[in-house]
Amino acid sequence: MTVQAWTFALVSLSFALYIGIAIWSRANSTSEFYVAGKGVHPVANGMATAADWMSAASFISMAGIISFLGYDGSVYLMGWTGGYVLLALLLAPYLRKFGAFTVPDFVGDRYYSQAARMVAVVCAIFVSFTYVAGQMRGVGIVFSRFLEIDITLGVIIGMGIVFFYAVLGGMKGITYTQVAQYCVLIFAYTVPAIFLSLLITGNPIPQFGFGGAEQETGTYLLDHLNRLHEELGFAAYTGGTKTTIDIFAITAALMVGTAGLPHVIIRFYTVPKVRDARISAGWALMFIAILYTVAPAVAVFARTNLLNTVVNEPYAEMPEWFTKWETTGLITFEDHNNDGLIQYVGPAATAASGEPLQNELTIDRDIMVLANPEIARLPNWVIALVAAGGLAAALSTAAGLLLVVSTAVSHDLLKRGLRPKITEKGELVAARISAAVAVIIAGYLGINPFAFVAEVVAFAFGLAAASFFPVIILGIFSKRLNREGAIAGMLVGITFTAAYIVYFKFVNPAANVADNWWFGISPEGIGTVGMALNFAVALVVSRFTAPPPEHVQSIVERIRVPRESGETHQTAEA
Amino acid sequence: MSHPDYSSDSNLVREDQTRSEYWRRNLQYVGILLSIWFAVSYGAGILFVDTLNEITVPGTGFPLGFWFAQQGSIYVFVVLIFVYVFLMNRLDRAFKVDEIEEVDE
Repeated sequence: MTVQAWTFALVSLSFALYIGIAIWSRANSTSEFYVAGKGVHPVANGMATAADWMSAASFISMAGIISFLGYDGSVYLMGWTGGYVLLALLLAPYLRKFGAFTVPDFVGDRYYSQAARMVAVVCAIFVSFTYVAGQMRGVGIVFSRFLEIDITLGVIIGMGIVFFYAVLGGMKGITYTQVAQYCVLIFAYTVPAIFLSLLITGNPIPQFGFGGAEQETGTYLLDHLNRLHEELGFAAYTGGTKTTIDIFAITAALMVGTAGLPHVIIRFYTVPKVRDARISAGWALMFIAILYTVAPAVAVFARTNLLNTVVNEPYAEMPEWFTKWETTGLITFEDHNNDGLIQYVGPAATAASGEPLQNELTIDRDIMVLANPEIARLPNWVIALVAAGGLAAALSTAAGLLLVVSTAVSHDLLKRGLRPKITEKGELVAARISAAVAVIIAGYLGINPFAFVAEVVAFAFGLAAASFFPVIILGIFSKRLNREGAIAGMLVGITFTAAYIVYFKFVNPAANVADNWWFGISPEGIGTVGMALNFAVALVVSRFTAPPPEHVQSIVERIRVPRESGETHQTAEA
Repeated sequence: MSHPDYSSDSNLVREDQTRSEYWRRNLQYVGILLSIWFAVSYGAGILFVDTLNEITVPGTGFPLGFWFAQQGSIYVFVVLIFVYVFLMNRLDRAFKVDEIEEVDE
């Protein structure tokens, strides 16, 4: 069977599975639609959270980025996993005890303020939309490359599937499809990695393999790669080029941003008990860690294979995958010196005469994971599996994000804001309509992406770090923090972070170099500073304004313990 | 350690004390675990990465700092959460604030 036939078969099979699950797990109440009736088993919730979290970026782009950045890519590995420790220790159990449906719910109730709720709603919607646009784009790329159909048609098919199970099933449908999607995506990610690891190092476990020796030469893979990098004028693979403070700030912004992302937090509302919220964060991270510890191995294998295949080889003899990706425009070759050989070199490369060498090959980092199995000449079904996995990753994240948007509209904006008298049935209809509208907008953004999708993702994390994280933490750990402090903190955090990112990314991109950054911190890492400002402003303003009312302080007391004196289980249904 | 029986005012005062003791212990656990969290990622993986890179993980090609940044910190993160879950479940039971199992479970 050809790759295309395999892809078609595997993708259709997985889609049929998702649709089947959606029909089986329809939502009949708002509680089922928003939080799956709070009846999800912690292990299932862990898998669903993992699929929810691992997006097209994690599956398709991350290993590729690491393979080009080397050590600097560690910011994504630590940043996108370390946040779960914060979630499990500082947020998830308390938010579950609080027993709300959404993040703005918590912010609005804890800070007894509609204004705070609305700030949170706007942030939640903005963060989720910037994120979802990237997912739909990922769906389009997979479809166009592997099934060779138009990106627009690919996005529409993807929209149709998400529409079906998100609108019909709400959180309940999404949760159980995400469990299936996790299984598909992790299988699709690890199988090629195991193949590669065996081929290159003879070790079946990729996590160990990339620290091992190459079978052919007997030298350690990382040493070989460092040497190749030096010869070609790139920075050492295990060394990197970013400054320590920037690495620190970016890692912190990603960690804290992860812990503040509404579509992640909301997953911890779906389990029956506080205890389950703690443990499901553990399961989630374990399932995530499987992919995240394999990714740096894939990065090293991909880099080695790529360099071995292209460096100083004749352009005319490039394999089929090379020309296929060339037609998508994601690989470009320009033969500056007209010698017919591919001169792939880094910025520090010089010829023997001391003349600087010109790089002739540009490779889009996003293709590395998708192209990897082909570069290593793995069987066709493995290549097709990667396509199905990429779709699972993109669709599962898109669905989780769309749910946040729809609950933000139907629950936070209508029920708790503009139309408090709306009936349960009316709210459910509103939730479905807003989910449907959100799918269509997301699809539109997938077909007509802004040129700056990657830039807005930095935005999403920076804003989540600078807005939600401090006010939620302080809302739990400080009884004294009041409405004025929270609102002032959020506004300062958001305004500062947004202004910094907008200036360097959109207003004056030419100035986006280390010399102009404050304290040497890039726009990707500035959320850390925004978060610190939010904390500081919130604490200072609270100190000089009236303390929160008695009943709010007793809410804080209440969420700190899983069960109070004489309390049976009524808060679970609150 | 005695547990309150919630029947009189003096017991309510005692309940307050047990509750703040529970919270203090919780913060202690969180403090210790987050120090480890910080040490393996920001410490070993970022601030001291160059020093640690001079050591190679025995039997492999991994420079130690690089290994912490791309592998080790993630393994430790997973362990930290499960340790916290274990400690807190034990604490919940000791202070009798653990959630009651529902009949249908």
